[in-house]
Amino acid sequence: MRPATSQPAIFAPRSGPLARAVDWVIRHPRMFVFLMVLPITLWLGIVYIGALIALLIQSFFSIDEFSGMVVREFTFKTYGELLRPYNLDIILRTVAMAAAVTVAAAMLAFPIAYFAARYAKGKWKALFYIGVMLPLWSSYLVKVYAWKLVLAKEGILTWVFAKLHLTWALDGVLSIPVIGGNSLSVSYMGTFLVFLYIWLPYMIIPVQASLERVPGALLEAASDLGATPRQSFRMVLFPLALPGIIAGSIFTFSLTLGDYIVPQIVGNSRLFIGQAVYTQQGTAGNIPLAAAFTVVPIVVMGIYLWGARKMGAFDAL
Amino acid sequence: MHSDTRAPLGLKLSAIGGLIFLLAPIALIFVYAFTTEEKSFQWPPPGLTTKWIGVTLGRADVWEALGLSLKVAAISTTLALIMGTLTAAAVARSRFFGRETISLLVILPIALPGIITGISLRSAFSLLDIPFSTWTIVLGHATFCIVIVYNNAVARFRRTSGALIDAAMDLGADGVQTFTLVILPNIATALLAGGMLAFALSFDEVIVTTFTAGNQTTLPIWMLEELVRPRQRPVTNVVAMAVVIVTVLPILAAYYLTRDGEHTAGSDK
Repeated sequence: MRPATSQPAIFAPRSGPLARAVDWVIRHPRMFVFLMVLPITLWLGIVYIGALIALLIQSFFSIDEFSGMVVREFTFKTYGELLRPYNLDIILRTVAMAAAVTVAAAMLAFPIAYFAARYAKGKWKALFYIGVMLPLWSSYLVKVYAWKLVLAKEGILTWVFAKLHLTWALDGVLSIPVIGGNSLSVSYMGTFLVFLYIWLPYMIIPVQASLERVPGALLEAASDLGATPRQSFRMVLFPLALPGIIAGSIFTFSLTLGDYIVPQIVGNSRLFIGQAVYTQQGTAGNIPLAAAFTVVPIVVMGIYLWGARKMGAFDAL
Repeated sequence: MHSDTRAPLGLKLSAIGGLIFLLAPIALIFVYAFTTEEKSFQWPPPGLTTKWIGVTLGRADVWEALGLSLKVAAISTTLALIMGTLTAAAVARSRFFGRETISLLVILPIALPGIITGISLRSAFSLLDIPFSTWTIVLGHATFCIVIVYNNAVARFRRTSGALIDAAMDLGADGVQTFTLVILPNIATALLAGGMLAFALSFDEVIVTTFTAGNQTTLPIWMLEELVRPRQRPVTNVVAMAVVIVTVLPILAAYYLTRDGEHTAGSDK
């Protein structure tokens, strides 16, 4: 019998192709990592980035005005079309709406997030969690549909105003030029409310996360040192919550910029960027202009993200 | 000095008001599913009936749309589970060239508006002459489902000690055994939560789908058509209620599965 010491220190190669392959991969860590990230690189690299680049290239093509065919020659003509008053209006309208929704979402989200982060305990904490998660994850279309029910002329909001004898107030708001309209469901106000509702949870979550990191002792110290509640909000709480607000605003702003379903269902017939993209690529068949339109939110978001990064918003995500 | 555990009244009222704003519209869906009114969105409902639930159950177009949605969601979630987990393992466990790029690449489909993903896929399909099919829908859906799985898995991998894997290997487990007996049980609940959220997201997706579906009708596209041109309000009401129930259950389940750790579940949709 051979002495045990002469046996090899490492195990003999195992039999079977699978076992051999697995062993080989584990012995080559770099290869292992390469194989792990290969599928995602191929998928996102080809499917997603490839498609994005194809789109960008097409925005430099133009459309022949007589034949309606795409001319595959490099030109800035399509981008020039974006500056026509009609198209410029679409862009400004969308950016203004996104800004209004973002500001309102921040103002509405703050008390909810602050209460949930600092005061809610036990059951209340769970209720606030569900209260944010349920609208966040509920079907997007169902949420839009729910608001169609709420805002309808014969719907619950009109009824509530009537019961409170406040119909005059509702009519007063609707008679304001530009933002008003025949009923809430065909006015900018309605579009604004639906956007606000749908993107609000995206603001609450990062704001709450940043508020949870604020030690309660800081606020006590502020009031001990004689700050009024207003002062300690302005000089302590708000600056500390700002990265969270900016992080949330990335979502509310970006999502409003690209949405084309809400203004199509609740609102007047004036177009937003998303709808312009949709009609240009669909019925109008003008892919270059649609592509140029999509570059607008990419550029706006690029600037926005660059600014947000400077203010440290990415740590709060 | 005011007491620390009691909220100021104004804050409390505005927080509760905010909660009502968030939850009331969803509650309204449940009331309208039982209304007897067929032609308008009248409030309060003139009467209540369960008749429309039966009518909806008998509708072939609803069932077909539901079937397609489930199929797409199942395939996309499976693809996302495989790619998301592999990527998470690589990013959490090792340093390699391009690591930052990959972690940025993964969140890009969610960070950019969905319409951009949609139209770029659409124009790529038309450039390459790819006909619309279930697979073109899956292509779009899997792209953003990966993020959800990745986010859940990467958080779990970071909390799982690498020493466990070394120990298993030292004790003689081979690669496959280490994976099935050590790694998988550790990340299973995170994958389940991520998978359910990805499924819910795909099941609900409409923005990208309108660009990649062609003439096919998923359930959200069916809903969208009803929203643009309402033809059968009572059926739509019932479908809306069913969709709320179906999407809410995975959320609650994911919440219970991940609440012991940090709540990764919905924090980065």
